[in-house]
Amino acid sequence: MLTISDQFPLFKEYSADKVLTYLDSAATAQKPLSVIQAEEQYYRQSNANPNRGIYELDLRATEIHETARQKVANFIGAEFPEEIIFTQNTTEAFNLLAYSYGMPFLKEGNTILITVMEHHSNLIPWQRVAKATGAKLVYLYPDENGHFSDEELQSKICDGVKLVSVHHVSNVMGTLSPIAKITELAHQIGAVVALDSAQSIPHMPINVKELDVDFIAFSGHKMYGPMGIGVLYGKKELLEKMPPFMSGGDMIDFVSEQESTYAPLPRKFESGTRNVGAAAGLSAAIDYMQDLGYDKITAHEEELMVYAMNRLTKLPFITIYGTKNPKERFGVISFNVNEVHPHDTATILGNDEVAIRAGHHCAQPLMRFLHLTACCRLSFGVYNTTKDIDTLVESLKTVRRIMGFES
Amino acid sequence: MNLNNIYTEIITEHSRSKHNRHHIENPTEVTNGINPSCGDELTLEIRVKDDIIEDASFVGDGCAISMASASIMIDLIKGKPVEEARELAKLFMDMIHGKVTDDEALEPLEDAIALKDISHMPARVKCAVLSWHTLEETQKKQLIPG
Repeated sequence: MLTISDQFPLFKEYSADKVLTYLDSAATAQKPLSVIQAEEQYYRQSNANPNRGIYELDLRATEIHETARQKVANFIGAEFPEEIIFTQNTTEAFNLLAYSYGMPFLKEGNTILITVMEHHSNLIPWQRVAKATGAKLVYLYPDENGHFSDEELQSKICDGVKLVSVHHVSNVMGTLSPIAKITELAHQIGAVVALDSAQSIPHMPINVKELDVDFIAFSGHKMYGPMGIGVLYGKKELLEKMPPFMSGGDMIDFVSEQESTYAPLPRKFESGTRNVGAAAGLSAAIDYMQDLGYDKITAHEEELMVYAMNRLTKLPFITIYGTKNPKERFGVISFNVNEVHPHDTATILGNDEVAIRAGHHCAQPLMRFLHLTACCRLSFGVYNTTKDIDTLVESLKTVRRIMGFES
Repeated sequence: MNLNNIYTEIITEHSRSKHNRHHIENPTEVTNGINPSCGDELTLEIRVKDDIIEDASFVGDGCAISMASASIMIDLIKGKPVEEARELAKLFMDMIHGKVTDDEALEPLEDAIALKDISHMPARVKCAVLSWHTLEETQKKQLIPG
């Protein structure tokens, strides 16, 4: 078990007298000191608007931005750094994909296939593409444990499907999607596959070559990096044929009054002043994760998941949603205290400085599929320990009593 | 913050009570309210006759605070003139937003005063005002006497 919370300043600086039990890393992870320092150092020593000036300072800013791109490319096994497009976050990455791939290349008679478990960021953009193009939006449905049957995949990944966009790890169920099978079936019929890795990249190594997906989206802030930077990876030949998303400064080659030619990859998709400070932080976050090592991260989180599942399943007043097999869950457990609304549970836990998420988790279709209006979710990162789970469990034991139940 | 000031007996009992949580006969107004941040929904049903709220109820699903607030509100407005209900809603909103704190001024709110401390919990304000906001929306539609 790792004990590294002292590498994360927030846990010390949150309060002079209160101890925070942070179990909401699936919403955003806390940042190690090295990430905070990298962003600060950028603004202290290297801040300029990249790709523009020809003076030393500007070259530094440009280099930091491009080094971050190369680092991300290496981190996920991309062949070319220009296959890495920096966005604000996963949501912007999916909007880029929807507007620069979905809108121009899909039409009536085509099908967009997603799952009912998608986060709204991998759902609403496709609703809009479907409405605008006349393409059909079709859903894959899992069993109650969050698993998809071969039959469901085979029957729905069929002629007419042009794009499949699915989660890698579900932000509610915590399960891994059968991405190898999905990619194999989709590529057989010439469909492209996009993967939402926002909830997987903090927990497991990602290799775009091995996954053989066409696009991947993730956020820096869930993998110990700063807010305000995310990534869309795309296969070069696909990105090259896609028109720009946002247009304006920095994404052009030549502009006349009526026409423009666009910059080559990746700048075609990166208009306006970029978040270089966040790119510096993301670089540091990747260094941090690599220094720690995914083998240690996964071993630590598996141990935590086994421990948390074991303790929670022993509480008779808790209902867990999705699989109870800790080996099939990554980072998150969704649950409710019986007969208590999740917002009341989260308020009571919050009073004990236990931070969990309560609500629909930006997955309203999944909530309806599970016949829920909302649920609680605990999620962890590398800094959590079994002590955090113990604190959570003790606080959970008080919930029903405070809500006026006998026990 | 002391949770006992929030989850008081009045709140927990009202939150589970079904006495105002049903449909009424021949409502003159049915209004949906939604709290988009958590997905809580409720439908307020009101029957007005001669400018008096003759009957009222709600159906919905939500946290203890939103459900208790709705139940208390129904108890309070049933049998009252429409205008008085409007004034109570305004007073309730002022209490939750911390604009009116004087106990004497809040007296007309009766049991709803139990929700006063929500003003110190910004994350839960929306829960407390859901039903009252729905009442205000109902009144904006200009109640037609039945």
